[in-house]
Amino acid sequence: MSDSRVVVTVIGPDRVGIVADVAGLLSKQNVNILDINQKVMGGNIFAMTMLTDITTAVIDFGNLKKLLEEKGKELGLKIHAQHEDIFKYMHRI
Amino acid sequence: MNISPEEILETIEMIEHESLDVRTVTMGISLLDCSHSDVKIVGERVIAKIERLAGKLRETAKGIELDYGIPIVNTRIAITPISLVVAGGHKDDFIYIATCLDEAAKRVGVNFIGGFSSLVQKGFTAQDLALIEAIPEALAKTERVCSSVNIASTRAGINMDAVKKMGQVIKKAAELTADKGGLACAKLVVFANAVDDNPFMAGAFHGVGEPECVVNVGVSGPGVVRAAVKEAKGKDLGEVAEIIKKVGFKITRMGELVGREISRRLNVEFGILDVSLAPTPAEGDSVAEILEAMGLERVGAPGTTAALALLNDAMKKGGAFASSYVGGLSGAFIPVSEDQGMIRAAREGVLSIEKLEAMTAVCSVGLDMIAIPGDTSAETISAIIADEAAIGVINNKTTAVRIIPVPGKKVGDMVYFGGLLGEAPIIPVSKLSSKEFIDRGGRIPAPIQGMKN
Repeated sequence: MSDSRVVVTVIGPDRVGIVADVAGLLSKQNVNILDINQKVMGGNIFAMTMLTDITTAVIDFGNLKKLLEEKGKELGLKIHAQHEDIFKYMHRI
Repeated sequence: MNISPEEILETIEMIEHESLDVRTVTMGISLLDCSHSDVKIVGERVIAKIERLAGKLRETAKGIELDYGIPIVNTRIAITPISLVVAGGHKDDFIYIATCLDEAAKRVGVNFIGGFSSLVQKGFTAQDLALIEAIPEALAKTERVCSSVNIASTRAGINMDAVKKMGQVIKKAAELTADKGGLACAKLVVFANAVDDNPFMAGAFHGVGEPECVVNVGVSGPGVVRAAVKEAKGKDLGEVAEIIKKVGFKITRMGELVGREISRRLNVEFGILDVSLAPTPAEGDSVAEILEAMGLERVGAPGTTAALALLNDAMKKGGAFASSYVGGLSGAFIPVSEDQGMIRAAREGVLSIEKLEAMTAVCSVGLDMIAIPGDTSAETISAIIADEAAIGVINNKTTAVRIIPVPGKKVGDMVYFGGLLGEAPIIPVSKLSSKEFIDRGGRIPAPIQGMKN
């Protein structure tokens, strides 16, 4: 398992500053962002997926996940953090 | 990133809104080396071995749940059929061992332990007879112990003496737990062609050809399939099968990842992945509703058997492509009390036990979690078991009966088991007598299908 690659997903009502807020949190924990995809679906639903590398993070995965979930609550969004392998296994042979 | 955002969101949608989960991670443990002439020593050895091997099972599963964000609902243990481990031939020895198994399950934090079992398709040993006699009390006295008895196989035929006994055992188990709606019967499965590596309860046990210790994973996801079928409105059934196959593939891949990872972390061999659509009482997590989404007014309507056959086969095909080690039961389960759609149809009187029996000819197991009137005779229950076994034996498949004659209840009443076991309306069974047939006993010979060499 590639222990260090984590996918962060953000879903919820769109507004100004979501990318900055989430990226800010990750940067504070020294998490490196490798790739970002973002769009607004169906008029007002914001959806963003980020591939990150947590090798250099100053926090462990469990706590990072908690911080992101709390941030999500604060912003009225759903934020998930999952190891990349779940998506690779499900969608790639 | 080589995974598209759409794919990521699809996975999250499956988990968040369509109840996709790993239903169970079941550790199989051989207890053959725990045998001793003194049952107290057997008990000590059994508890010590389970604690040693499964002590970290739950914690490891929780870790994987955290890492991948996929719920792992249950951790469970399957053991060697206990009639092979307890040397004495006395009922009380088996009741004592059941309490030890219950204790071991509590200590390692698993919610069920399966394998209070016996394989008697061709006849009984003294231990088999003692175990069968012990089942009602053992299940009434314990909380987490599950029992199963294999009474038939395509190779051996149907042991009709065992069929007769199991009707009586089910009645007694219900009576001993009358205050809980006959709950003991929900922990007891009567099998034909039982499999050695099934991770699902109540029928899991660790077969004699299995290794010392193994992890088997059961993945589920009726909600995901239902959503996909609903979206395919208007498409022909060939296309529907294709869609289900693809969903089955994705679900299986996720289970494969979890299975391999848990095996790596525990340093225990990975056995098989059981791809079974197992409904839960949660809204939308229903096999019946998949069939209804294909265009049936209610489950039980003509066409139900065909729809279920399509579903079961497409799941198997998707699963077989996704993992080399698909095993166990793999297909679709139809436990009435655990499925909102089945409960609704049974309540409305449109899903009969006869239709359910027909459905078991094409799905992965059998008559499951069906509540019947408390005054149903032991012989009638035995005859239902015999019919179900005949379907399994002739069609080379596993069938099972998990039926609850609810004490004091009659047709139309409800029984509540709670939790994953759900609730069920009491449905009618035939009033015709099968007594003389069952009293004959003996063994129905193995069918010609069994002579394959």
